[in-house]
Amino acid sequence: MTEKPGIISIRNVSRRFGTVTAVHTVSLEIGEGEFFALLGPSGCGKTTLLRMLAGFESPTEGEIVIAGIPMLGVDPNRRPVNMVFQSYAVFPHMTVEQNVGYGLRVTGVARAEAAERVKEALSLVKLGGFEGRMPSQLSGGQRQRVALARALVKRPKVLLLDEPLSALDAKLREAMQIELVRLQKTVGITFVIVTHDQDEALSMANRIAVMEAGRVRQVAAPADLYEFPNSRFVAGFIGKLNLFEGRVAGVQDGKLALDIKGLDRIAVPFDGHASGEIAIAIRPEKLRLDRQPSAADRIGVRGRVSEVAYYGNESHVYLKTDDGTSVTANVPNSARSTRPTIVVGDELWASWDAADTLVLTE
Amino acid sequence: MSISTATATPAPRLRRPRRDIGPLDYTKRAWMRLLLAVNFVFLYFPIVALIAFSFNDSKRNITWQGFTFKYYTQAFNNNALQDAFTNSLMIAAISTAVSTVLGTMLGVALHRYRFPAKDVVESWVHLPIVIPEICMGVAMLALFALIKFPLGLATVIVSHIAFSIPFVAVVVRARMAGFDLSLEEASRDLGANQWQTFWNVTFPYLIPGAVAGGLLALTLSLDDFVITFFTSGPGSTTFPIKIYSMVRFSVTPEVNAASTILIVLTLTLTVVAMAMQGRGGNKKI
Repeated sequence: MTEKPGIISIRNVSRRFGTVTAVHTVSLEIGEGEFFALLGPSGCGKTTLLRMLAGFESPTEGEIVIAGIPMLGVDPNRRPVNMVFQSYAVFPHMTVEQNVGYGLRVTGVARAEAAERVKEALSLVKLGGFEGRMPSQLSGGQRQRVALARALVKRPKVLLLDEPLSALDAKLREAMQIELVRLQKTVGITFVIVTHDQDEALSMANRIAVMEAGRVRQVAAPADLYEFPNSRFVAGFIGKLNLFEGRVAGVQDGKLALDIKGLDRIAVPFDGHASGEIAIAIRPEKLRLDRQPSAADRIGVRGRVSEVAYYGNESHVYLKTDDGTSVTANVPNSARSTRPTIVVGDELWASWDAADTLVLTE
Repeated sequence: MSISTATATPAPRLRRPRRDIGPLDYTKRAWMRLLLAVNFVFLYFPIVALIAFSFNDSKRNITWQGFTFKYYTQAFNNNALQDAFTNSLMIAAISTAVSTVLGTMLGVALHRYRFPAKDVVESWVHLPIVIPEICMGVAMLALFALIKFPLGLATVIVSHIAFSIPFVAVVVRARMAGFDLSLEEASRDLGANQWQTFWNVTFPYLIPGAVAGGLLALTLSLDDFVITFFTSGPGSTTFPIKIYSMVRFSVTPEVNAASTILIVLTLTLTVVAMAMQGRGGNKKI
């Protein structure tokens, strides 16, 4: 991102707690109107980073600039951001209306204007008619809407969301994912969401930063992240993989020639720099299973079916190759049939297009 | 029945069959009920007797002569008893007010902040609760003698504040243990400063704890004898001390009547305190 600085600039930010480095020299530019996700396993520093944006933690090193203003020493109540907490943190002794109006009341917004804005915010999250309810009378999903309305009513430049969907059940979560995207489009402000759920990040965000052990490993759009991961960690964290270890053998017809354990020498298109030990990976849904050796232009491996897991829309077929490597292929159940076409013990060829191979140098 | 009995044939029933009594239904067992009853009698008979004999129409408290309210009238008209009662109320009111505020602040601070030697402070806070009252009384007396402070209402009030603070602090702290700190963060995030956050978010949450702690302090102050005995001076006789001095002459129904009033008062306050704590617990999300 070399164009104009975004609404949020995070420059070389580190945060240490004693001897533990939670966030390690992170630099990110988040643009205006983006739906940005911080994705990573628990303990990767994503929540600490979000809390530094909100002002609950301060960086040990580095600088955070929000909307052109350096945030060093700026209290949480003076920042142009608002947060939706993981626990929602809805005030239990206030009605829905009082909760949503709280941020306006404490900052001295005129009563009439505040009432207008509260009404607007509640209708935005579809909670009109719930004004007088107490939080104890609301479901988890409704409480979250209150937390959303309460933050949005402040008209922040950036809305921060800390694992907003983790406490909801699967059905509600999917509905809320769509809802959040709709909301972000409606209000047009930047959303920064922290999540450990790759599906959540992929389906909602325009851009995702994948974090591991305090560092940002890759920042990219969801499809780029999935199809062109820059490391084993990112490839493995987002989606499933069949991983093969090997070595670079050289360049052959403009392609990278690789010696991979369990496979013959293969040639894959690759436009980066690679040498020495290397890994290749292939996504399970990009594999094709055949009963006879695959076409010469495809990379193939023979295996015996060790297990078949049926998921309705698709089946996951687990193969064991001759040298003991496991290969998983996702096969769509595109025809209506109750009779399995693949059973345990079948000998199959799994193959893929060389262009689908992920070459992982780190 | 021993565990090794693995045969399918049922053992011959030697006892009366226990119908519908589960292994944990202790209150359904006769012997358990009897034990419970004996316990209750042991604990409460003296109090019941005390209250009953306050209505006894007899100069001496040995035999039941008939029902009367006259000792209540007598107690109410006893000027010394009245003065003692007024003293008690005043001491209790002031010490409760002060110790509730200080104890609440202490409880919140212990929950909320990290500071050097916090563990030490925390255990020292509990000291006045576990220390024998007699030691506390003597210590107080020694202190006041050391600084040459004349014994009177002021010394009693100070002592009562001192032993009430820990009780309030402990109750408030227990209340705060269930507090979600992200509520305070949310308040700050929404634009409130620390002061606004405390009064709008933290304080409403801890009210039940502070009220329960305050009522506890009030009860403790009203019926405290030992510490008051050491720290009171001329003109600062409290109700319990007055009753004690009356008993030294003879246990008249008037003493019973006065004691009954104290029992009713403290019992009411305790019930209210427990109700407040219970209500606070239920309201939590």
